[in-house]
Amino acid sequence: MRNYILKRLFGMVVVVFLVLTIAFVLVRLAPGDPAALMLGPDATPADTAALRARLGLDQPILIQYVTFIGHALRGDLGRSLFFNEPVLSVLAHRAEPTAFLALFSLLFSVAIAVPIGIFVAYRRGTVADQTAVSGAMLAASVPSFWTGLILQRWLATDLGWFPASGYGGPDASFLDRMGYLILPSFVLGIVNSALILRFCRASMLDVLGEDYIRTARSKGMSESRVVLRHALKNAAIPIVTVIGLTFALLVSGAVVTERVFNIPGMGNLVVGAVLRRDYPVIQGTLIVVATLYILINLGVDLLYLLIDRRVRY
Amino acid sequence: MAAVSTAEDPGLLRSLAARPAVLVALIVFSIILACAILAPWIAPASPARMSVRARLSPPFGDYLLGADAFGRDVLSRLLYAGRVSLLIGLGTAVISTAVGIVIGLAAGFFRRLDAPLSRLIDAMMAFPDILLAIALVAVLGGSIANVVLALSIVYTPRIARIVRAATLVIRELPFVEAARALGSSNLSIMAWHVLPNIVSPVTVQATFIFAYAMLAEAGLSFLGVGVDPSIPTWGTMINEGRQYIDQALYLILFPGIAISFAVLSLQLIGDGLRDALDPRLAKDV
Repeated sequence: MRNYILKRLFGMVVVVFLVLTIAFVLVRLAPGDPAALMLGPDATPADTAALRARLGLDQPILIQYVTFIGHALRGDLGRSLFFNEPVLSVLAHRAEPTAFLALFSLLFSVAIAVPIGIFVAYRRGTVADQTAVSGAMLAASVPSFWTGLILQRWLATDLGWFPASGYGGPDASFLDRMGYLILPSFVLGIVNSALILRFCRASMLDVLGEDYIRTARSKGMSESRVVLRHALKNAAIPIVTVIGLTFALLVSGAVVTERVFNIPGMGNLVVGAVLRRDYPVIQGTLIVVATLYILINLGVDLLYLLIDRRVRY
Repeated sequence: MAAVSTAEDPGLLRSLAARPAVLVALIVFSIILACAILAPWIAPASPARMSVRARLSPPFGDYLLGADAFGRDVLSRLLYAGRVSLLIGLGTAVISTAVGIVIGLAAGFFRRLDAPLSRLIDAMMAFPDILLAIALVAVLGGSIANVVLALSIVYTPRIARIVRAATLVIRELPFVEAARALGSSNLSIMAWHVLPNIVSPVTVQATFIFAYAMLAEAGLSFLGVGVDPSIPTWGTMINEGRQYIDQALYLILFPGIAISFAVLSLQLIGDGLRDALDPRLAKDV
């Protein structure tokens, strides 16, 4: 097992290194001079030259690459051109709403999808089952920003149940701020619940057909005990995997949802950075999010060891 | 040739149509496709013609689906927008499938290339799709071709991963060994023996990518970082209509319904294809 963990850690280091390389190459895909692009058409040649020097773009590409990797490994992802602050601290200031938005919507989607998934797997082929499966497919087909705009208009503007947008003022308490996230988390949670529901239902169906379930029933065990104790426990692995995978979906969804509800998180930051051509911020966000994704999936794999004693690497 | 049943199978359409949901999806998607192709002939007006008097006219009056803030006919814009949205979805599906097959075959067939290519695929897939697409469009610029290119870069690893996994299995099968013993070159083994056997999973995945790419395009356009806002797509229509959501909900309602129908029907067709092409995969997922 120790070998497995070491192997996974080594693999992770390689992938993180590739993530850094992709982020480095990406900015240099720009047709023409990145410095000129960042400054826009009004920049003087002297300004452009100064920015080139500041970003190290006047160095040979190999030196640029080595410097970039060296800085990144020490946690230095460059400075934002717009905020004139280190990218990591710009991101850290925007992390709170995005992190809680992702967390709450994950909780929402698990709370919606897992019970329904178990129930309809148990009642396979009934109207409830078909409704849930079609509903999940519909939820995965409707753009989340569209659902967000409609629910915002209906539940927030018309009915006044939720704040329509924003994240409270600078003086808002933590609880106030979280109140602003309820509706956005729900919207994002619906979209993600589609994937979780399909996986949960499928893995429950697999497990419910196993011999040990029949044995448990023939022992006279109550149905709820069969489903909750025996079946759910064994269906947990695929469910945990898909929860790990939805992280990427949650981040993508958060970018768009933050825009709908005007939440000052990392998603809004990135979109703003694109419009302002603040390349270091775009690059830094990509690196941070991809690294988080890699770490979360490593965590999920290691979690298997705890959930299922049969898994031995 | 060692191919199992593939797309040429005459029973494919029949088995697709046997499931009512898939049949409905096929009909809906054909209608959407026909509307998009025929837009210049069936649209009641030019999508760009403005009329001050018609500003924000509600639906079911002079204009069947209303008019937007510039007095442009929503129905005509919806039809023309469908062309762009479907084109982006289809273009992304075709390019990412073609490139993904090449990368996946190389990784699955040549042991030396497997580790580096697989790690590269892992790294690409660590970026959330919208985020990577935003960054690519930001760098490349927001033309239709660049959005297709950006989304193709985002979705190529998905195809490559599936092709690699399938190739790893197929290259160990006896008929590949037989072909090798008969002196077939690597290239001809890949072309004649491996490729026909990965058509099914790739077709299914390409259908899903068509759907995802349309959703992603809408997301990019909604964020204002997709195609140029002057080009009508379903996403740019929602983005424009957003400002008038309190007076004219229909401005975002209709394009949203159009995207949802297109994506839903594609997903149902993808599911149907999976069941029809490969009964072994036909699980209740």
